[in-house]
Amino acid sequence: MNNSSKLKRVLEGGGFAVTAECGPPRGANSDVVLKKAEMLRNNVDAVNVTDNQTAIVRMSSIAACSLLKTAGLDPVLQMVVRDRNRIALQSDILGASALGIRNVLCLSGDHHIFGNQPQAMGVFDLDSIQFVQVVRTMRDEGKILGGDDLSQPPDLFIGAAANPFADPFDFRVIRLAKKIRAGADFIQTQCIYNLDRFERWMGMAGDRGLTDKAYILGGVTPLKSPGMAKYMKNKVSGMDIPDEIIKRMEGVPKYKQREEGINICVETIRRLREVPGIKGVHIMAIEWEEVVGEIVERAGLLPRPVFD
Amino acid sequence: MITGEQKPIDEIREMIAPYKRILVLGCASCVAECAAGGEKETAMLASTLRMAAKMKGEDVLIEEKTLDRQCVRDFVILLDDIIEKYDAVLSLGCGAGVQAVAEMFTEVPIIPAINTEFLGETRDQGYWVESCLGCGDCMLHHFGGICPVARCSKQLLNGPCGGSMDGRCEINPDVKCAWHLIVDRLTKFGALDRLENIYPPKDWSRKQGGGPRKIVREDQQK
Repeated sequence: MNNSSKLKRVLEGGGFAVTAECGPPRGANSDVVLKKAEMLRNNVDAVNVTDNQTAIVRMSSIAACSLLKTAGLDPVLQMVVRDRNRIALQSDILGASALGIRNVLCLSGDHHIFGNQPQAMGVFDLDSIQFVQVVRTMRDEGKILGGDDLSQPPDLFIGAAANPFADPFDFRVIRLAKKIRAGADFIQTQCIYNLDRFERWMGMAGDRGLTDKAYILGGVTPLKSPGMAKYMKNKVSGMDIPDEIIKRMEGVPKYKQREEGINICVETIRRLREVPGIKGVHIMAIEWEEVVGEIVERAGLLPRPVFD
Repeated sequence: MITGEQKPIDEIREMIAPYKRILVLGCASCVAECAAGGEKETAMLASTLRMAAKMKGEDVLIEEKTLDRQCVRDFVILLDDIIEKYDAVLSLGCGAGVQAVAEMFTEVPIIPAINTEFLGETRDQGYWVESCLGCGDCMLHHFGGICPVARCSKQLLNGPCGGSMDGRCEINPDVKCAWHLIVDRLTKFGALDRLENIYPPKDWSRKQGGGPRKIVREDQQK
């Protein structure tokens, strides 16, 4: 088994990459992770594993990534700076690489007030940009923060997130530029529903030459119902869902709403493929991993490339 | 200033229950400015406690006094003549005031009547906001006079995060996004390009590197 990042090989080979998201269970059952692995196998190039998303305690991202790796998938380890200081972050980076994990996505993390441990101490010792820079220095210079040498550097393809839909809009591209300068090899964006705004943001990124410096993957999430769309629009900060999307979901009978959500998702991916500078798509089907295969197929992205 | 809020009266009553002769001790400095533990609030708390004791038929002596500063030994020493009269002190000082009294009078239990909250400013009448974390390494000149360490919910030095919408923080629409304020302010100065810099990880040893911090100034010592 080749032990390098499949995601990296697809992107460096000029392919249009497909990644999906896998949320670990709220328990110690490995079978849940392995079941999701089977839904995603051969449909995507790499699988992001979320890190206690929405600040709800779940199986650790590193453990779930390791299970996916053993099952023959290419995991993307999501790591948030909310729960670990710089000692723990750097230590887990080394541990992840030792386990054969080859991709990391460096994030701030949802604030802990939203989750089931609102009394927790939020760490935030590093921010996500500093974290990207630390991982890059560990990998490329073999040094940790403070300059001590590593006996062996980690082997990781480094990612960061971008949200073109948060404010202030004009600053969003500056922040993207900082993440790329800090060392992000690839970027996965927040879920895209407002394609006009996304295209404006990509245009600004292209003007700054950023689309040549990192691989940008557009994020999509299939909607299950108009209620979900409204919830995301009104309750999830940094989410932009145009009214016409909600109307479209409301305009079909209830039993067809999930199908309509998938239709919108497939259309979004088809349009994203035409956006200059976009190098792939990241499908976040929240607790709905079983539809990823259908979405990828209908978007014309199968079969996925196979490497020796 | 240091801000605080009085604890609920039931909690205070429970804490002082074992004692019969109680001194309610206010402080005329920060906690007076934030209307939690000054002379007025001290008199009101003492009176409330006396009334509650009377209603329950408890035989308790409750008296009050307010020091100019409870965190300065020169003022705390003024209790020397009266402290023996009491078997407990209920302090409305901040955490520093409570401990200064405890340090000086080791025989008497000191009970906190307020929850010390934060270093902040009086924004309006009856409205105080947190603005400083006392990190020991001030960076306000970089950020247009707005502190991301104290005022960003995630303490980002390279913000704003993806949860900033319409100038509001993701944790609560009542909370302004500190980074939105920073971006607006630096735009006004024509200094937004400053934020193209990647600010390195903060040196937290300046805050928590060696246990409780102290400042020693020989030029100020006699």
